[in-house]
Amino acid sequence: MKICISACGKDPDSEVDPQFGRCNYFVIIDPEIGSVTSIINPGSEASGGAGIRAAEAVVGAEVDTLLTGSVGPNAFSILSEAGIETHSGIKGTVAFALREYQSGKLALLENSNASTHSGMNKS
Amino acid sequence: MKIAIASGKGGTGKTTVAVNLALALEDVQLFDCDVEEPNCNLFLGFELEPVEEVTCLFPEINPDKCTLCGDCADFCRYNALAALPKKILLFPSLCHGCGGCSFVCPAGAIEEKSRSIGIIEKASSDTPLTFFHGILNIGEAMATLVIRSLQRHIDESRPAIIDSPPGTACPVLAVLGCADYCVLVTESTPFGFHDFLLALEVARALKVPVGVVLNRDGLGDSRVEDFCRAEGIPILLRIPNDRMIARLYSEGIPFVKEMPEWKEKFEEMFETIKALACKSTGVQ
Ligand code: SF4
Ligand code: SF4
Repeated sequence: MKICISACGKDPDSEVDPQFGRCNYFVIIDPEIGSVTSIINPGSEASGGAGIRAAEAVVGAEVDTLLTGSVGPNAFSILSEAGIETHSGIKGTVAFALREYQSGKLALLENSNASTHSGMNKS
Repeated sequence: MKIAIASGKGGTGKTTVAVNLALALEDVQLFDCDVEEPNCNLFLGFELEPVEEVTCLFPEINPDKCTLCGDCADFCRYNALAALPKKILLFPSLCHGCGGCSFVCPAGAIEEKSRSIGIIEKASSDTPLTFFHGILNIGEAMATLVIRSLQRHIDESRPAIIDSPPGTACPVLAVLGCADYCVLVTESTPFGFHDFLLALEVARALKVPVGVVLNRDGLGDSRVEDFCRAEGIPILLRIPNDRMIARLYSEGIPFVKEMPEWKEKFEEMFETIKALACKSTGVQ
C-alpha cells in the first residue's frame, strides 16, 4: 500500500507541509516493502489550479492514501474520483505523520476542508 | 471620454460617487462594471431590460474518442483539466475558453460548447440616464468577459462613467485599461491608504491619469492628503462624514437628489476631470 505525504522536503525526516496544493514535495512510502520515493509537486509553481495539478500528480503516482492538511474542493473531487483515501491533520516530520496515521490518529477527510485559492497567499 | 471610478477595496463609496456624478450631469452614460456585485441600480431603482447573454466556450470531451493521452491537460495553462488514469476531468470555473485543448487533441475528441456565464441589462428607454450593468453568474470566474461585453455598449461620442470592480485584479485592469481618467475613491485611514496605494499603482502602470475623491472626509487622518500633495495628485472632491449623507445612503437615495448643492460640486469635478484628461491624453 502506497502512502503519500505532503512535505517540504524529499525524505522521511523532512517537515510535513499541510498545504496540499502548494507543498514542494510528495513523499511516497510503502511500509510493506519499506520503499521511500518522492515527487516534486507540479502545483507548487502553478499560478492557479495548483490543487488540480497536485492531485493529478498524486493520482498518477498510484498511491492509495494521502496524508495532508487542507485540500480544496477541486483537488478533493479528483482524489475521490480516483479512490484515494485522504487523511488530514498532519504535523511534525513525514515519519511522525506516518506513525500517527498507522496508530489511527489522523481523521479521514469526507469533504474538502479548504476553499479554492486558499494557498495563494503563501509567498 | 471614459471616467472610471475605482477603489482599492469595496465599501469606500465608489458606487456612491459613480451614481451621484452620473445623476448630476446631463447626457452621460453610467456603466456598472462591478459585475460580481452590481450595486448602482440599488440607488437608481431603474426598470431594467435584458440586452444580451454573455457566453464562454468550454471543452466537451467525447470519452469514446479520447485516448487519455493527457495532451489537453498538459496544454491548459489555467489547469482547468486534470488527466486521470481513466478519464479527463474538467473544472469549468477555471476554464478560460481559449480553445487550446481542442486544438492540441490528437484524437479529435474535444468539441467546444458554450455556456452562459452572465447577462447584460440596461435601463428602459424612459429613464433620464443611459444605464447598463452586467451580472456575472454566481460561481463563475470570468468577470472580464462580462465586462468586455458591457464595454461594447459604450457610446464613444458621449461621456461615460464607469463603476469599476474593487481591488487590483484582472477585472479592474479590463476597466482601467480603456479609461481616459481614473477617479480613486478612498478614506483617509491606515487601511484605506494601503488599498489606495495598491490601486494607484495599477492606474499608474496603465498610464491612466488619476484624481482622488476623499470619502467620509474628517474621520481619519491626513495621510492620503499629504501623500497626494507630495505626489501632485489632485483631490477632486471631499465628501464629508455627514449625517444627512449617511442617512440618504442607508435609505438607498443618491444624495444629489436631496441635496442640490452637491449637483454643482459634481459638475465642477466633471469639468476638472475633462480638463485634466484632455491635458494628459488629448481626449476631448
Ligand atoms: S479551453 Fe483553454 S482554458 Fe479551457 S480547458 Fe481548454 S485549454 Fe484549458
Ligand atoms: S488530448 Fe484528446 S485524446 Fe488526449 S486526453 Fe485530451 S481529450 Fe483525450
